[in-house]
Amino acid sequence: MNPITTFSGKAVAVPAENIDTDQIIPARWLKVTDKSGLADGLFESWRYLADGSPNPAFPLNKPEAAGATVLVAGRNFGCGSSREHAPWALQGYGFTAVIAPSFADIFRGNSLKLGLLPIAVDEETYHELLSHIEEDPATTVTVDLPNQRVMLPGGRTVTFPLDSFAKHCLVNGVDQLGFLQQQSAATVAYEAANPALVNTHAK
Amino acid sequence: MSSPQTLFDNVWAAHVVRPETPETPAVLYIDLHLIHEVTSPQAFTELRERGLQVRRPDHTLATMDHSTPTTPRNALGIIPVVDPQAIAQLNQLRQNCAEFNIPLFELGTLDQGIVHVIGPEQGLTQPGMTIVCGDSHTSTHGAFGALAFGIGTSEVGHVLATQCLLQSRPKTCAVRVDGRLQPGVTAKDIILALIAKYGVGGGTGHVFEYLGEAIRALSMEQRMTVCNMAIEGGARAGMIAPDDTTFEYVAGRPFAPQGAAFEAAVARWRTLPSAEGASFDKTMRLDATTLAPMITYGTNPGMGMPIDGTIPTAEQLPDASSRQALDKAMTYMGLTPGKPLLGHAIDAVFIGSCTNGRLSDLRAAAAVLKDRKVAASVRVMIVPGSQRVRQQAEAEGLDVIFKAAGAEWREAGCSACLAMNDDKVPAGKYAVSTSNRNFEGRQGPGSRTFLASPLTAAASAITGVVTDPRTLL
Ligand code: SF4
Repeated sequence: MNPITTFSGKAVAVPAENIDTDQIIPARWLKVTDKSGLADGLFESWRYLADGSPNPAFPLNKPEAAGATVLVAGRNFGCGSSREHAPWALQGYGFTAVIAPSFADIFRGNSLKLGLLPIAVDEETYHELLSHIEEDPATTVTVDLPNQRVMLPGGRTVTFPLDSFAKHCLVNGVDQLGFLQQQSAATVAYEAANPALVNTHAK
Repeated sequence: MSSPQTLFDNVWAAHVVRPETPETPAVLYIDLHLIHEVTSPQAFTELRERGLQVRRPDHTLATMDHSTPTTPRNALGIIPVVDPQAIAQLNQLRQNCAEFNIPLFELGTLDQGIVHVIGPEQGLTQPGMTIVCGDSHTSTHGAFGALAFGIGTSEVGHVLATQCLLQSRPKTCAVRVDGRLQPGVTAKDIILALIAKYGVGGGTGHVFEYLGEAIRALSMEQRMTVCNMAIEGGARAGMIAPDDTTFEYVAGRPFAPQGAAFEAAVARWRTLPSAEGASFDKTMRLDATTLAPMITYGTNPGMGMPIDGTIPTAEQLPDASSRQALDKAMTYMGLTPGKPLLGHAIDAVFIGSCTNGRLSDLRAAAAVLKDRKVAASVRVMIVPGSQRVRQQAEAEGLDVIFKAAGAEWREAGCSACLAMNDDKVPAGKYAVSTSNRNFEGRQGPGSRTFLASPLTAAASAITGVVTDPRTLL
């Protein structure tokens, strides 16, 4: 994973709360055995009309939204399934960050592992961002990851929470699996002290 | 630490390989890792790319459930898979399991079924364990007093390679359900009522522990229903302290400890429940005595109400974003705020899923369907959660009741719960479903879902309209 520090990007808003993983990437896209091509299914049922043509009313389809890398959405974003296909699809589409008042736990964890930033802001900031984007579809925001800050278009800066380990991994490009592998001595000791509770080979 | 510990604290403490520090999350040992065809392929790819092995194939088990068909067997007794993408995905799982020595419950065999149904029925799921799966409804296994939660595919790779996960400690939430349920009101109604009251984000960051008289009175299968949908309440996991009901259920199952080892395990399991006076970060409450059968009217599981209620109007909602959400849901569902749902015509009924696809759910449905006919306008799919459930149901003659009533009796799998196979609700059509999610398009593009209990689903199947099951009991 490449280190992430500071970046700026155009923001696009899908202002609904509780956007679930079935909306982000519908189940029929889950039959893949790799990660490619999922961007085509992102928000599929909102992005396309019944005849398969793009829905002109959907924010991502507006010409002004082309090239957006920051998604702004309502609270509890990513609720529902644990499918990592959801952040894969968002990342595949080109998003680097999602800004929302809150995120579902599993989605947030999955995203952080991939370097898709889930940025939680208060409701007031969320609404402020929505009006900026409405006034100026070319609105950009700047994210300063080391300092956990978002610079809003009006000049205001807000901080966002991020656990220190996730931040360390993102900023330094540290891979979590690599970290876990380094714990193998502790794992061996744990296994020696705690007899296995189940053996799936034992039937 | 001398303060009284919760069930969660006890299970967590017993699995810490490396404690949490200000800089790093805890490293937690995983006792059982369940995998299926949909969320595992990319994790195995990662292993191969890094040249890694599966650390504990003996703690890992695979099944096929999500993209498998539930169509009847052919003349050779084989369940035919025709979707090329599903074939590729299933073959990939077969190859991965063979290469890494992971036991696989193959499609069509007696062991196969939905991952959250087979774990408990095989005795793999036991009190005090940590259990993970690349599937959010892993919370189901918490009914046994296990700490069980869903993970993403990256984490599936972590567990395959190291048998450990990096976890920051979640908060705890006591969910107290006092009193006893009235006839016709079920475990499904408890959890739908809880989510209607506290919302789909109410449990975010927390692990639920369900407590109270109503919970203690539930059977294991009912407890699984309540824990299954903890995730719909936003919680990471749901847990119920193990008791004699739990031990009786686990005893004698294929992977459970046997004989003296079982007695020793029970002694250990009895130390798990929360101590008197243990404190939780948050509390939610429900009075079971006042609950009615529940039904959802919207496009998330929190949009639920008593079946004899009316859909809320915008004025009854607390803020602008919930009013907006209601508006969007009403448009999608083709419904009107302020109106009742009772008597609303339906086109399909789905009885199954890891929420309500176990034997007691099928028995409940059969009790309603017996000697009755389903409405001609309704397609009724009854899908057992596993092949063993299917076999037990057939041994009791439930399949005969279903078929005589005009319902379809299908092979085991996830089926119309997420519509990855041909079991779909057509666009614009209404289904009463015993599954756990009523998201837009969940049961097929354009499908409209009313979530409810197996009793409500079966009652509605007969009348062809949304029906209060208490009128048919
Ligand atoms: S039955 Fe539905 S919720 Fe359960 S594992 Fe299958 S798809 Fe997921």
